Amino acid sequence: MILVDQLTKRYGRYTAVDSVSFSVRPGTVTGFLGPNGAGKSTTMRMLVGLTPPSSGSCTVLGVPYAHLRNPGRHVGVLLDASAQHPGRTGREVLSLGAMTIGLPRSRVDEMLDRVGLTADEAGRRVGNYSLGMRQRLGIAHALLGDPEVLILDEPANGLDPGGIHWMRGLLRRFADRGGSVLLSSHLLHEVEVIADELVIIGGGRIVAQGAKTEMLAGAGTIVRTPDVGVLAGALATTGLEHTTRSDGSLFVDASAEHIGRAAAAAGAVLTELRPAGGAGLEEMFLQLTAGAREEVPA
Amino acid sequence: MTATTSDILGIRRPDAAGGPAATDRVPAARLIRVEIRKLVDTRAGAWLLVLIAVVTAAAVIVSLFTTDASGLTFEHFVDVTVFPQSVLLPLLGIMAVTTEWTQRTTLVTHTLEPARRRVVAAKFAATAVLWFLAVVLAYAVAAVANILGAALRHGDGSWAYGTVGLRDTALLQLLSLVHGLAFGMLLMNTAAAIVLYFTAPGAVHLLFSTVGSLKGSAAWFDLGASQAPLTDHSIAGIGWLQLLTTTVLWLLLPLAAGMVRLLRREIK
Repeated sequence: MILVDQLTKRYGRYTAVDSVSFSVRPGTVTGFLGPNGAGKSTTMRMLVGLTPPSSGSCTVLGVPYAHLRNPGRHVGVLLDASAQHPGRTGREVLSLGAMTIGLPRSRVDEMLDRVGLTADEAGRRVGNYSLGMRQRLGIAHALLGDPEVLILDEPANGLDPGGIHWMRGLLRRFADRGGSVLLSSHLLHEVEVIADELVIIGGGRIVAQGAKTEMLAGAGTIVRTPDVGVLAGALATTGLEHTTRSDGSLFVDASAEHIGRAAAAAGAVLTELRPAGGAGLEEMFLQLTAGAREEVPA
Repeated sequence: MTATTSDILGIRRPDAAGGPAATDRVPAARLIRVEIRKLVDTRAGAWLLVLIAVVTAAAVIVSLFTTDASGLTFEHFVDVTVFPQSVLLPLLGIMAVTTEWTQRTTLVTHTLEPARRRVVAAKFAATAVLWFLAVVLAYAVAAVANILGAALRHGDGSWAYGTVGLRDTALLQLLSLVHGLAFGMLLMNTAAAIVLYFTAPGAVHLLFSTVGSLKGSAAWFDLGASQAPLTDHSIAGIGWLQLLTTTVLWLLLPLAAGMVRLLRREIK
């Protein structure tokens, strides 16, 4: 369980995180989405007590993170897979974690096995690891203490498609057993498949949040017509805004019926009219985050 | 999770099962063991310790063949180990507190133990253990050299050794270690801390030894000048006060500033 309430971080006059509130319930995966620099990492660092918030509060398992005794037993954290001493082997990194948390040495081998790092790879220095291997090592580290909560910042970065598929399965099973997962990404499609809940942040502010299914359902309509000018005029007179997609179709934040009526009244021929679904969410993601970014004072 | 708790209705609450309150904090001894391991499990750390051992032994061996036979005593050999160790021990202190910032492993360390004070205390304790081993090594090597000196060069071979020698040697090494820790804490960057460690006391020494009007008060501000009577076991009276003053200025103030910085700063 994670609760974030009115969390704010200011650096001088710049507000990196602005009154962010959301929760992550047990049994769910929450995708924390936003472009680079939107405030995702700052929020996550405040969540685990590394960055003091300017105002607001956040709790993990009902208490501020810093009040957790032996947090490694309860919360698995991966903030930056590259933040490892390049001279240590993967096995050594996990051994240090296991020692701190107070786990038997056998746990290290279990976790290496779980994330698919071979004994040979585990014996190599982290400096020689690919980013994907570092992510696997970081996920192994987060899972060491058999936590109830996972907080992962951009864990899919550097993973190959197979690796991303593997991670999705792992997080799904973790949530299905009652765990709470918060994972961030700057790529919508990376979390769209796995997340139950989405929190979209741009320019430090939450621009949309809710259950993924609801957000997908209410995410507008794709319409295609040879008479673009006619339809665009008809939409404008009914007060509907549209955006032109890269494939020439239009995205409209309205129901198919609304658009159909407008097109019929204007006599525009439609060759396609369907719920936008994932594409709509992507459109919204791009719009919202772009909009939010422009509002950020330089 | 094996521990389970129930609410008043006897319903198991998943979040409370073995929850935060049911766990013990990470014991200090375990944190210290982890910090010691971090000092020796990287190439830089391991080589530094090897270097301390080798240089300590080398200094004694060189002295064994270059000092007049009449001067070959246990106390002499112990004194010989002080200089090389007081150059290298600060590096150990610096690296103990800066490496994690430079490599950004603080992200992991401080999420596993959010109490920053406890992590720093463990780092200090870890270096103290290695400081103790360095002093023990100095005495062991000096003892072997004293036996060899008597056997090979008909040296004096005297074992006379007072508590003053032990006090001065251990204190000098401790001060140099803490000096390293203090500069490391203040700068939180390995390269910057090493550079400042080797240049700042020298610059002050230069200032106080060249400006005529300052010469008289050097021992109050110049770290080396205040520690000199400790090196030749002649410290007494006002010398202690001067040592205390430079220790506060050069060691404790930077240490305190570094501590404040650590407790407040954002860990990225």
